[in-house]
Order: sequence, then structure tokens, then C-alpha cells
Amino acid sequence: MNWTQSVNKGLKKVSIGIALAISITGIVQSAELGEPEKEELKFGFIKLTDMAPIAIAYENGYFEDEGLYVTIESQANWKVLLNGVIDGSLDGAHMLAGQPIAATMGYGTKANIITPFSMDLNGNAITVSNDTWKKMKPNIPKMADGRPVHPIKADSLKPVIEEYKEAGKPFKMGMVFPVSTHNYELRYWLAAGGIHPGYYAPHKGDTSGQIDAEALLSVTPPPQMPSTMEAGTIEGYCVGEPWNQQAVFKNIGVPVVTDYEIWKNNPEKVFGITEAFATKYPNTTIRLTRALIRAAKWLDDNNNGNRPAAVKILSQSNYVGADYEVIANSMTGTFEYEKGDKRAVPDFNVFFRYNATYPYYSDAIWYLTQMRRWGQISEDKSDQWYKDLAAKVYRPDIYEKAAKSLIADKIISASEFPDFSKETGYKPPQQHFIDDIFYDGSKPNDYLEKFTIGLKNGDKL
Amino acid sequence: MSLTAATINRLSVNEKMMKALKSVFNKITNTLLLPVVGIAIFLALWSITAQSIHTSLGEFPGPNAVVKQFSALYDEHTTEREKATAFYERQEVRNAKKLEKNPNYVVKIRAYTGKETFVDQILTSLVTVTCGFLLAAIIAIPLGIWMGLSVKLNSALNPIVQIFKPVSPLAWLPLVTMLVSAVYISDDPMVSKSFLTSLITVSLCSLWPMVINTSIGVSSIDSDLLNVSKVLRLPTFTHIKKIVLPASIPMIFTGMRLSFGVAWMVLIAAEMLAQNPGLGKFVWDEFQNGSSESLARIMAAVVVIGFIGFLLDRIMLLLQRRVSWDKSSANV
Repeated sequence: MNWTQSVNKGLKKVSIGIALAISITGIVQSAELGEPEKEELKFGFIKLTDMAPIAIAYENGYFEDEGLYVTIESQANWKVLLNGVIDGSLDGAHMLAGQPIAATMGYGTKANIITPFSMDLNGNAITVSNDTWKKMKPNIPKMADGRPVHPIKADSLKPVIEEYKEAGKPFKMGMVFPVSTHNYELRYWLAAGGIHPGYYAPHKGDTSGQIDAEALLSVTPPPQMPSTMEAGTIEGYCVGEPWNQQAVFKNIGVPVVTDYEIWKNNPEKVFGITEAFATKYPNTTIRLTRALIRAAKWLDDNNNGNRPAAVKILSQSNYVGADYEVIANSMTGTFEYEKGDKRAVPDFNVFFRYNATYPYYSDAIWYLTQMRRWGQISEDKSDQWYKDLAAKVYRPDIYEKAAKSLIADKIISASEFPDFSKETGYKPPQQHFIDDIFYDGSKPNDYLEKFTIGLKNGDKL
Repeated sequence: MSLTAATINRLSVNEKMMKALKSVFNKITNTLLLPVVGIAIFLALWSITAQSIHTSLGEFPGPNAVVKQFSALYDEHTTEREKATAFYERQEVRNAKKLEKNPNYVVKIRAYTGKETFVDQILTSLVTVTCGFLLAAIIAIPLGIWMGLSVKLNSALNPIVQIFKPVSPLAWLPLVTMLVSAVYISDDPMVSKSFLTSLITVSLCSLWPMVINTSIGVSSIDSDLLNVSKVLRLPTFTHIKKIVLPASIPMIFTGMRLSFGVAWMVLIAAEMLAQNPGLGKFVWDEFQNGSSESLARIMAAVVVIGFIGFLLDRIMLLLQRRVSWDKSSANV
């Protein structure tokens, strides 16, 4: 421990030095960008490692460099957090990618929430209880050394579900919010293995999402996942870090699959603000985006070299607060599955590379297709409807302004960003899904036709 | 003869001295030695049982772990204070630069934006409970006196008091939260919404014991005293000041002490539930963090909560002894 701590201290000093040097040049050269209209801001977050950009922007002084005095406050659950942003007690927050989309669409609470900044890629996993793992394990193909072959598919869980069905017991799993990435990832994984996760029917007032379900999914706040599973209320869950690694450390469950394996480099959290805030305080919006971009870059710099220092900050009780070792497990490029089975997943948490911070329309549309697939959008929509909604919520225009001013101030070089003159906001068709289905964001309706389980064109419950 | 008398005398002196010594010794045993023995046994039992309880967050914290957390919490507090100083210094530099660029810039010092330490949380809780309690006292004591004086008002209000008294203030909490966010709207609020929510919740629970005790105290004043007042034809205000208040102070204070104890307990629960700043939030946050130190930190908070509750009760007792004519009513 001692040597890691001293290395961390060294790193911190160097990084503070760099930050200071950058900030001094930053203040001198950002003359064109006006002063922030609102200087005192309050941001909310949920105790998950992917809130890191906010914590780092604060601790490294990036917010202060922009003249912003930011208070960061943890929230009880995603619903409370969203309401805080809507009623203005929070100026912005770490949000699930689906939240701004659902809010703008009017699923749940209706409010125009936008995002100028995508916070990270990947970072989630699905964990099952020890008991379920014991039953699943014989169904999983093994490598020569006896360890299971990855990725583990839900096919191996199917017999366990059949067993529950015959015994007349419900098989319950937890996810963090009805429009959360975790809900869609868990559903994607289950459905790819032939397990029906259930439909929503909001037009009939059914928002439980358990119609025709073989696995019953329900909402549990992330930090409570391990204790809820320990209490036997759920058999497994899909959640962000450190709550999967926590299960390994506490010996109460086994993470079976990461979302990186379900969909390589999937978009995860976004930074959400109200549309009204962005219109009323344009300079503040650009400035906070600048600070967050710098923080994200710092997190990925030197080939994850700053991560140990970041983990140290995150383990403070006012941020994530879990033990250093638990957070470090996933943040520093490894992931521990079954106890002792630690594998390298260098891209488990991506904050900046692969243009992770750019808010792609195609990412928003993927979430919309999943909302349609599981019935949260109860009727057919045209491709144009998907694109219009995505453009309303995802705001690469704000991101572009922030990025360009960072380039002009010579804080980050242009090569680190997408080529803004050519960028359309649509990623080229992506193929790295666990079921090998291609995703083309410009053709959402065609995409929906490709799934065996899920609503398609013309289906209505 | 005289010899025997002297002996007897000496004997009795000895006896007296022995008696005095014995009573001093008893006093020391009762007030010092026995409590110390009690605490020592408790600590020993605690550390033995703690070792054999294994939770998923590691061993249950024993006294050692808790003491260690106390010093860790204090260290955190001092580093946070240093950070705050640095924050203000940076701010001054920034403001000076802004003034240079724009002479019309109105300098405003922003409060430190860092985390609240354990010490800050204790202070927040203390301020909240005191304010909530005072608000309740301002309402409850005059109302109680009035109810005690007027039989009619008493019968009119009694059912309401009786129905609201057993309601756990935590049931009120969601209503209070919504009410505060609906009614208390201000661009530059004096106090935060969460503070108001906790305060009102605390007031709601400390109100009823005070109202009931005060009204009973007032209505059960010795009839001789009332007759004196009648004979002297005292005006209402003087009647209350000279007769009613002094006579019912023991009962009023009993109600206040009861209320304060309940208020402190409820505040911690309310802070936990509503995530309002204070010791309750500290406990909840630590529980959510689930780190290997969390349980010891929660235990440290439990000790502090207990100690503060005890101190508050003692302060009320001292006050009661001060103002009450009937010293025997102010028993421990």
C-alpha cells in the first residue's frame, strides 16, 4: 500500500502542477468567451464511479478556472435527482442517458432536459447471487484452465429461470431506473439469451414493465443493490461500479458480464441540464462543459495513468465513498468476476477516448429504439421522429462551442476531438453487440425488425 | 467515672468520623467508581462481542475502531478547513483580476463549496434542533396557558391535540417537504429549504407534549392561589405573570424536557430520511458508502448523538432548577 500511496501523492502533485499551468494560460486567453451569468451552481450525482468527471472538475479546480463556484451533492436516487434538476434546486446533474430523453418525450415527468456532454462509455455489469451462480456455472463453456469462457450469455441462465418457473417462484432482478441504461442492457442480455424481460404498456397505465416477463425486473437505488440482493429480495442486478465489485468483496454474488461485452463502448451517463438553463445562461453552460471536458481528458490521460489519483478522490466519503480497493478494481483497467478471476478490461471505464464526451444523436436513438422495443413508446414512430427528438435532447452544438474554445485557448488540441466540419452526429453502423446484430442509428425502424424478442412495427399491446 | 465518660465521648467522636468517612466513601463510589466500572464492563463486553460479529462490511466495530474513527474524522475536518482557506485565497486573486479587467465588477464572496465535515454536521443538527424547539415553545406555551385557563378552549382543542400527538413526525415529513418547496420560493433564500423542512418537522413533534403539560400545569394550580388572585382582583396579565406562570413552571419544564428529547431523536431520523444536512445524513451517507470504515464511523456518530442528547437534557435540567421554585420537581 505504502508505495502506491506515495506514487499517488506524486501523481497528484504533478497533476495539480499541470492543472495550474494550464489554468493560468486559460484565464489569459479565454477573452472571447464571456463571464458566466450564474456563478454559484449546485450539481447532483448518484454514488457511482462514473460521476468522476464532476468530482475531478471540482478537485482539479477546472470549475473555478471557469469562474464557477460549484457545490456537489449526492442524491438519494435517480427520481429525486431528476426532480431536483426540474424544480431548479439542482442546476445540473450526472444523469442516466435515458433520463433527458424520457423527460423531453414526457415518459414519466415531462420536462425539457438537454445534454451537452456525454460523461462516459461502458462501466456497468450484471451480477447474480452466489446461489444463482452455482446453478448457472455448469451451463457455461470452460476454457482450458477451467475458468468460464467470456462473454457469458444469458443462455446459461435460461435453465435456472425454467427451474423457478416450474417451482412457481418468480425470478426477480434489480435495475436502477425504468429508463436507465441498466434496464436496457439487462433486457438486451436476457433477450439475447431467449429470456423475456417483459413489456411496458404506459397507454394502459402499466409501467411495471412485467407483461409476459420471465424475469421480473424492478427498481433499486444503486448503492442499495448489494444489500438488497444479500437480503434475498432479488437474485441479480445490473448496476454501475463500484456496486458489482462490492458484491465480490462482500462475497455475496458474482458479476457475470460487463456491458462492454453486451455492447462494446456503449454510451452510459450524460450531464443533464434544463433547456431553460442553457438558454438563460449560455456562457455558464459552455463554461461548465469546458470544465467537464478537461476533467474527462484528465481521467484518460497518460493511458489511465491518473486513475489511481482519481480513485483516491472518489473513495472520499462525500463522493462515492467505497473502499479504495473496490473502486480501483474497475477504474484501473481490470475487472474481477468470480472471486480471484480478475481479467483485464482496459476499456471498462472510458471517459474521453473514442470521442466518449461527444453527444452523438445515434446514441440517443439507440435508447429510443429500446424504449420502443419494450413498449415504453407504445406506438410506431417514423425514423424522422426519432431523429427530431434526438436533436432536441442531445446538443453537440454546445459541445462544439466548448471544444472549439478549448482548442483556441490551446488547452486541448484539435486532434483530440471529432472533426467538427464533417461530424454529422451519427456514428457509422456498429456491430459489437453480444448477439451480433448491426445497429445503424439512421434507420431505427429497420433495427427494431432484427430482434426476436421485442415489439416491432405495427405491434401494440 | 470521668474516664469512662471520656472514652464514651471519644468513641462517639470516632463513630461520627467513621460515619462521615463512610458517607463520603459511598458518595465517591456512587458518583464516580460505579459509573466507571459500568462503562468499563460495557466496553469490555462490546469489544468481545464485536469481534465475533462478522458483517459483509467486515468485523463489527469495537471501541478501538470507533476511537480511531474519531481522530480520522477530526483530521478530515482540519484538512477541509485548510482547503477552505485556500479556496478563499484563490477567490480573492480571481476577484482582483476581474476588478482589474472591469472596474465596475461587484465583488461577491462565495461561500466555500466543499464537503461538510462531521463537525459541521453536528453543528447543523444542533442549530436545527434548537431552532425547531424554540419555534415549538413559542407556539406551545402560550397556547397551553390559554387552554389551561379556559375550560371551553380546552374542550374545543383537546380532541385535535389528542389526535395529532401520537402521529410520528416522520409521517408529516413528505407533506412538510412538499409544502416548503411550494411556499418557500425565493431567489436569494436566507435559509435553505432542507433546513426549514427539518425545523418544521422537529417543531411538529415537540409541540404536543409542551401544549399538554403546560395546560395541565395551568389548570391544576392550587385553588388557594387562584382565590388570592381573585381577592386581590388582579388583572389578567398580572394574574398570569404573578400566579399562573410561577405555579406551573415545573410542569411546563417537564413538558419542555420531554419535547427536547423527542425532538433530538426525530431530527436524526428526519435528516436520514430527507437527506437533509446534519448527523442523520452523515449516518445515511456512510451506510450507503459501504466502505470497510463505514460501520465504525456510524458507531462514532451514534456515540456523539447519545452524548449530545444527554447534554441537552442536562442543560434543560439546569434551566429548570434555575427558574423553578419547586426544586424537588427538577429531579434527574
